[in-house]
Amino acid sequence: MIEQKVITKRIGHINPLSIEDFISLDGYAAFKKALSMNRMEVIEQVEKAYLRGRGGAGFPAAVKMIGLAKESGPVKYIIGNADEGEPGNFKDRYLMENDPHQIIEGMLIVAYATRATHGYIYIRGEYDLCISTMKWSIEQATKHGFLGKNIMGSDFSFTIEVRSGAGAYVCGEEFALIESIEGKPGRTRVKPPFPTSRGVFNKPTLINNVETFANIPVIISMGGAAYAKVGTATSTGTKLICLSGNVKNKGVFEIPFGVSIRSVINELGGGAAKGHKLKMVQLGGACGPIIPELMLDMAIDYERFEEFESKTGAGAIIVIDERFNIFEILMKVALFFSHESCGKCVPCREGHIQLIIIIQKFIDRKATSQDLISLESLARVMHQTSLCGLGQTSPTAIISALRYFRDDFIDCIEFHECEENGQL
Amino acid sequence: MITFKINNIELTVPDNTTILNAAMLNNIKIPTLCYYPDLKIKSDCRICSVEIVGQKGLVTACSTIPRTGMSIFTNSPRVLNARKTILELILANHDANCTACAKNMNCELQNLANTLSIDKNRFESVWHPMPIDDDNIALVRNPNRCIKCGRCIDVCKNVQGINVLEIMGRGHNMTISPAYGRYLSDEFCTFCGQCASVCPVGAILEKDDTELVWKALHDPEMRVIVQVAPAVRVSLGEVITGKVGEIVTGKLVSALKLLGFHSVFDTDFTADLTIIEEGYELIDRIQNGGVLPMMTSCCPGWISYAEQHFPDILPHISSCKSPQQMFGALAKSYYAEAQNIDPKHVFVVSVMPCTAKKYEAKRPEMKLDGEHPDVDVVLTTRELGKMIKQMGIDFAALPETPFDAPFGITTGAAAIFGATGGVLEAALRTVYEKVNNKPLEHLDFVSVRGLEGIKEATVTVGGATIKVAAVHTLANAKIVAEQVKNGTSPYTFIEVMCCPGGCIGGGGQPYGTTNKTRQERIDSTYRVDATMKIRKSHENPTIIALYENYLGKPLGHKPHHLLHTHYHARKKSEKKSSDHH
Repeated sequence: MIEQKVITKRIGHINPLSIEDFISLDGYAAFKKALSMNRMEVIEQVEKAYLRGRGGAGFPAAVKMIGLAKESGPVKYIIGNADEGEPGNFKDRYLMENDPHQIIEGMLIVAYATRATHGYIYIRGEYDLCISTMKWSIEQATKHGFLGKNIMGSDFSFTIEVRSGAGAYVCGEEFALIESIEGKPGRTRVKPPFPTSRGVFNKPTLINNVETFANIPVIISMGGAAYAKVGTATSTGTKLICLSGNVKNKGVFEIPFGVSIRSVINELGGGAAKGHKLKMVQLGGACGPIIPELMLDMAIDYERFEEFESKTGAGAIIVIDERFNIFEILMKVALFFSHESCGKCVPCREGHIQLIIIIQKFIDRKATSQDLISLESLARVMHQTSLCGLGQTSPTAIISALRYFRDDFIDCIEFHECEENGQL
Repeated sequence: MITFKINNIELTVPDNTTILNAAMLNNIKIPTLCYYPDLKIKSDCRICSVEIVGQKGLVTACSTIPRTGMSIFTNSPRVLNARKTILELILANHDANCTACAKNMNCELQNLANTLSIDKNRFESVWHPMPIDDDNIALVRNPNRCIKCGRCIDVCKNVQGINVLEIMGRGHNMTISPAYGRYLSDEFCTFCGQCASVCPVGAILEKDDTELVWKALHDPEMRVIVQVAPAVRVSLGEVITGKVGEIVTGKLVSALKLLGFHSVFDTDFTADLTIIEEGYELIDRIQNGGVLPMMTSCCPGWISYAEQHFPDILPHISSCKSPQQMFGALAKSYYAEAQNIDPKHVFVVSVMPCTAKKYEAKRPEMKLDGEHPDVDVVLTTRELGKMIKQMGIDFAALPETPFDAPFGITTGAAAIFGATGGVLEAALRTVYEKVNNKPLEHLDFVSVRGLEGIKEATVTVGGATIKVAAVHTLANAKIVAEQVKNGTSPYTFIEVMCCPGGCIGGGGQPYGTTNKTRQERIDSTYRVDATMKIRKSHENPTIIALYENYLGKPLGHKPHHLLHTHYHARKKSEKKSSDHH
């Protein structure tokens, strides 16, 4: 099997609502171990593990921890980002619903190492079950003395609160999320300053995806060096993959980095839907690149994904078969981002509506070669100049489609030209 | 210090200087749109995008701090294409009927389109007409022209602390408006016009009243007279010649005569009158246990704010009308009587640095006969500039003409009304001498001058030392108003001006007002004061004569009727009045 259950090892073996079940399978043991360690030593283990952010951007987790640890001041925050709004992603939900304490334990260890005082888990508004499960688990952890004042007799105190927004996708972006926690509309801020120096309520803040936090107890238990042996040399550990679309077995799978996309689709997903041929795959979610079938042998790791001018590590693999044409997919993506753009910066606010207009011309087979140039130029400008990750990554699907499915665009233009010239 | 390169030119700038500021310091121009000096960095328009060699994306020059060794290009093909694309996107969602816009030739977006040589737009227009908010007396908000740069929100929220304007909706449907798309008149708007002052396009403008003035000027039944506020003479030049801080008093009078005004008067005169009435009121309050601290009342933006947010402190505000309204009242009583004309045939125009003055003139309390406003039309500095241009006047070639009598002889005390701290200083000059019965040695109260938000001074009157303060911007006004409300104010007398810098930074002043231009206008204001023969209001011979011949004693029966008013608590700003004509 290509699966390797590291952070999903308890799932299916415990009642997620039972902290006793969690403790019986080594739950909170890593936290206790961390408490006995020097704070810097904890960060060093994460550094040795070379853990990178699992939310999509792949930023080294230890760098954020060092950044927060360096900040002085009596109030420092840690945020678990579970605003999982990216279409095709449902792994945060899977973790929260099935092993909630692992996330709390990871946050506790990071908080201890960085002297953070308060934590938030920001959960997507539609995730009712996650919200109630996390709230229940925080209560249980508090009752068992893992959260609160002077935890386990140490000088370390930490609390966690659950927050959620009203369902805006952009609230998954770190500063929009922070604004939302503060009670404001979800719109990003100008960087710098970065959250580690001025985040929630202008206090130093470390923000990670909840999957990243789930990896922390594992690293402390097995040691950073041992953890780094899982996966590839530069992309260590495992990744939760959300497999969806025109594939037989849909769901969340945990694999070590380095496994190919094709083997995930074929071995775990059972291949394309019955009787149909796989045409393309969108990686990471709506903000990820669309690649053709012949590229499926590429390995899932951070470096390979970055070649698409996009940081695409959230873990979605959306399989699309021959029944769909590329323009329909691009239109869905553009409509989604047009709806979810916060409107703050020009390229994102005004760009999506223009993308939609041009893509519609391709759907209607009315596009000209000038439209192709405009589409390509606009997508690149949006990618290069948007203020936050939303506008920077939303054109990825278009940019990749223009590279790998250019013939589809040319066909469309030639059809229109022939029609104009009366050749049809 | 940081050393890096822009366009292959090596620059050394202090730490934490943005790329934009570094470029400006070295005469390298990077186009901007949402950026405005003194306001927050918003980084929303992305027009100032530049390329850092080795980085994939572009960065905005306004928000990025360079690091040593960086090489930055402000004009690479990638940058130029991005900038042009962004501008095309903005223009595709903008009512770009430029010739039918008051900001034509004065518009930052239009300028930018010209600079970046936009000759066609690759993108289809996605602009849909939206309703215009002209439901009030002072300001017109036209969302069709709005480019969502956020400057108005910033100035309303952070400079004035009012929060009338907000971002509504999201994505392509995002608009900037009062909450839930309501009218300005449904909100706590004070009509200060700072939003209009910073708007890069024609999305927020003062209500254009020039046509009413042209009409009156050509009405044979009407005696049309005009008053000019202190702050206008140090700023009008900017509208016409572009020169900042020039004192153009004499030419201004000539131009108004050419426009056809029968007489050109100086609001400085009623500013002197304000000082007498307000000064006596202060003395009375101090000596007879009146409500203290006393706060000034010449600024309609401040009055509006206090009535809406601090109804409890209204008794602290001087009952004196503003100089504009004192002038209007005298014009329709004393002046009409002296000239033997029916007050109905006296048409009073004001030229003010202010948009809130339009609203003040329409207050029901400001009608002596209960029917006709004492001041018929208020023009902003910008509107007067427009009329001078419409008339084709060669402003630079005009002779210097003095103001007309009787409201033409004024003092240095009145001249400084336009600058923050000026009213306080003018009042102190009079109150000190009236109470202490001895000449004031140093006329200049330097500590209450300048752009600091809250300025204090102490002065000895009648044996007691009192603390006084001058504040400007409503955010600062809020601080002192809270103190007054809570009974913790350390002051006896407080001057409050709504706009940053006082009236010289008013919402009706020439576009492009920044702290730098404010300071230059302030400097000119004090230069006018320093060169005046008389520098204390109570020494103005015409004022003395006016009391002797007409008004009687300060705070007496006649002044009470003509020169004082009252305030009332209210929940929101006022709609357009029905008797507007």
